[in-house]
Amino acid sequence: MFGQPTSPRIRAAFAGTLSAGLIFGLAACGGDDSDSAADTNASASAIDCAPYTKFGDIKGKTVTIYTGIVTPEDKPHIDSYKPFESCTGATIKYEGDKSFETQILVRARAGNPPDLAIVPQPGLVKQLVTTGKAVAAPQEVSDNVDKFWDKAWKGYTTIDGKFYGAPLGASVKSLVWYSPSEFKDSGYTVPTTLAELQALSDKMVADGKKPWCAGIASGDATGWPVTDWMEDMMLRTAGPEKYDDWVGHKIPFNGPEATAALDAVGGYLKNDKYVNGGLGDVKSIATTTFQDAGLQIIEGACSLHRQASFYAANFDKDTKVAEDGDVFAFYLPGPDANTKPVLGAGEFVVAFADRPEVKAFQTYLSSDVWANTKAKLSSGWVTANKGLDPNNLTNPIDKLAGTILLDPKATFRFDGSDQMPAAVGSDAFWKQSTAWITGQDTATTLNNIEKAWPK
Amino acid sequence: MFNTASTTPEKILQMLSALLLFAAVMGVILFIAGRFGGKKGDRIVAYLYLLPVLLLLAVGLVYPGLRTIYQSFFDAAGDAFIGFDNYGTIFSDADQLTVLRNTVFWVVLTPFVATAIGLVYAILVDKSRFESFAKTLIFLPMSISFVAAGVIWKFMYEYRPDQGNVKQIGLINQVIVWLGGKPVQLLIESPLNSFLLIVVMIWIQAGFAMTILSAAIKAIPDDIIEAARLDGVNAWSMFRKITLPSVQPTVVVVLTTIGIGTLKVFDIVRTMTGGNFETSVVANEFYRQTFNADNQGLGAALATLLFVLVIPIVWYNIRSLRQSEER
Repeated sequence: MFGQPTSPRIRAAFAGTLSAGLIFGLAACGGDDSDSAADTNASASAIDCAPYTKFGDIKGKTVTIYTGIVTPEDKPHIDSYKPFESCTGATIKYEGDKSFETQILVRARAGNPPDLAIVPQPGLVKQLVTTGKAVAAPQEVSDNVDKFWDKAWKGYTTIDGKFYGAPLGASVKSLVWYSPSEFKDSGYTVPTTLAELQALSDKMVADGKKPWCAGIASGDATGWPVTDWMEDMMLRTAGPEKYDDWVGHKIPFNGPEATAALDAVGGYLKNDKYVNGGLGDVKSIATTTFQDAGLQIIEGACSLHRQASFYAANFDKDTKVAEDGDVFAFYLPGPDANTKPVLGAGEFVVAFADRPEVKAFQTYLSSDVWANTKAKLSSGWVTANKGLDPNNLTNPIDKLAGTILLDPKATFRFDGSDQMPAAVGSDAFWKQSTAWITGQDTATTLNNIEKAWPK
Repeated sequence: MFNTASTTPEKILQMLSALLLFAAVMGVILFIAGRFGGKKGDRIVAYLYLLPVLLLLAVGLVYPGLRTIYQSFFDAAGDAFIGFDNYGTIFSDADQLTVLRNTVFWVVLTPFVATAIGLVYAILVDKSRFESFAKTLIFLPMSISFVAAGVIWKFMYEYRPDQGNVKQIGLINQVIVWLGGKPVQLLIESPLNSFLLIVVMIWIQAGFAMTILSAAIKAIPDDIIEAARLDGVNAWSMFRKITLPSVQPTVVVVLTTIGIGTLKVFDIVRTMTGGNFETSVVANEFYRQTFNADNQGLGAALATLLFVLVIPIVWYNIRSLRQSEER
């Protein structure tokens, strides 16, 4: 799943359809735009320009970058380009648009794509490459990715042997939210293996608590948190290789591996003793919004909540999100302490032009210099770039996510439902997961999803 | 001007050019129309005025309609011709059959119940002292959008667990608790949940039915009523023999209008359950298949089915409207 409140792809598609019908709509299609060269001198730390000058003199040239990142998250992005602008003299034109995900395809097909696009899903990168307008990444970017990223990342944008784009930001989904003070008062410790997690849950039950809280309601994307749960369990019970086979449909969706994974999720989410802290019985998971579910931790009605790093934004301003605060998260442990599969998501920079200034800027974005510059400027942002110094990240949850991503023992895997065909990834998987929570058995659920996979 | 505008001045410029284009087209038509005179000229002028409407209807309605029907014979990606397979899916797949079942519930229940409530209410408050106030009360829901109504009723049905310190926030469950029952997950239990959604639609449409029918009742000539009174009919006979036959054409129009609206219901289902828990209806499923599941063919087939189902009602509606006008 996208890891966002509602499914932006669908909303965007709808908005796009509506506006396309109206002549006036044309005027509304654009997004906020800003010319960041205007105040180049502000907060720009000097960087070594050598890697970019070798692309030739690009002074006065302009690179356009088109993204779905809008106010207020766009500001750190725009600011992080300034060191590049001041050392090369090139101008970066940033365009943020909420309906990016449909508009980028429209623009690519119509022949007026931007120079660069920040694409949040590997599936969309593939669609863009299929339009024939995307150009392969230059050697310098490829070298940077080899140097700074786990090799799994390069695979997500390598299509027919050609590498199309460097990863940019990343997010961690394998997190369990908890209350540090409750853990301290009750003498609980953060588990380091799946068995310990279960033992901890049982201990909480013995203490008279309903340890877990969960909610999967999310408008027409209802069900997606279950898909994240299942992917996390698939990584742990079957391993990353089988996970890749499952996502790519090389093994059936309803095979023994997937059955074991979903049953493992059921061990938590469909266990009356474990759920649903403060919210009701198992079925209440289906009607609780994913935003509300974890707030029960603050209420003291629930102890554990599995959700991605972005969940930090759901707590109100008075809640301190830190290891010594009101609420924090720990890594959803692997099968043993040394195996650390990480489920997450991220975005990729895809180019539609190969002019020298575009190549130079692409190289900058894939560098450790940019990653550290961006880290210092933003909050609620993290990357899997190994050149990142986690100390540059500004808030505790970003630091935790950064540490998990950069752990040499970590094996990163991209959210599977984002890579599956839409009929499964944004329909059957959600719908059947919801039915599964409200009582449908595991076998029927997986059979129905397998049936929905396009032939 | 057909490029995407990105800055505010560009957007304003685009808007202005669109307005200018509109003015220019209208100007040309008016100019040409002005050159014709006399009886024959009137006709030409009429056709000229119709031209833009017909053109826009052809581009905006007829072409997309035909195109949708065409697409419904193709597969998910819209590449391969598969004949009537999509229609086969609608009438055989378990999920789709549930969708059809729910749509039948909606279409059978909503128009009749809403019209019945509206009619009874209109008769009861007719000529009473609080007539306008009572009418306003039931008409108010009409002024709320379907989405807002869905949100309001979602709160009405809201569930909180049966735990010591947890308070109910949904009215229905609070009433159940007051009566000594346990709170129920109202929106999850099928088929109960579909009926609970239908209640929302009835709540909105009863006001519409009441308003139209009340006007019809007031239009019944006084002499008929007087004559009936002199003959000494009781209230029931008055309703059966006088009121109902007099407003019958209006009842048909109200029934069919609500029926068409109900067939196309989408907002309530989408807001309240998202079509989960076996509550989906054809319009919601059509959206879901097209935009979530990326199955253009099945989506188009569902849209076509909706179209086919609406046609007879529209035809009947127009016919009764004409008949009542002729009288």
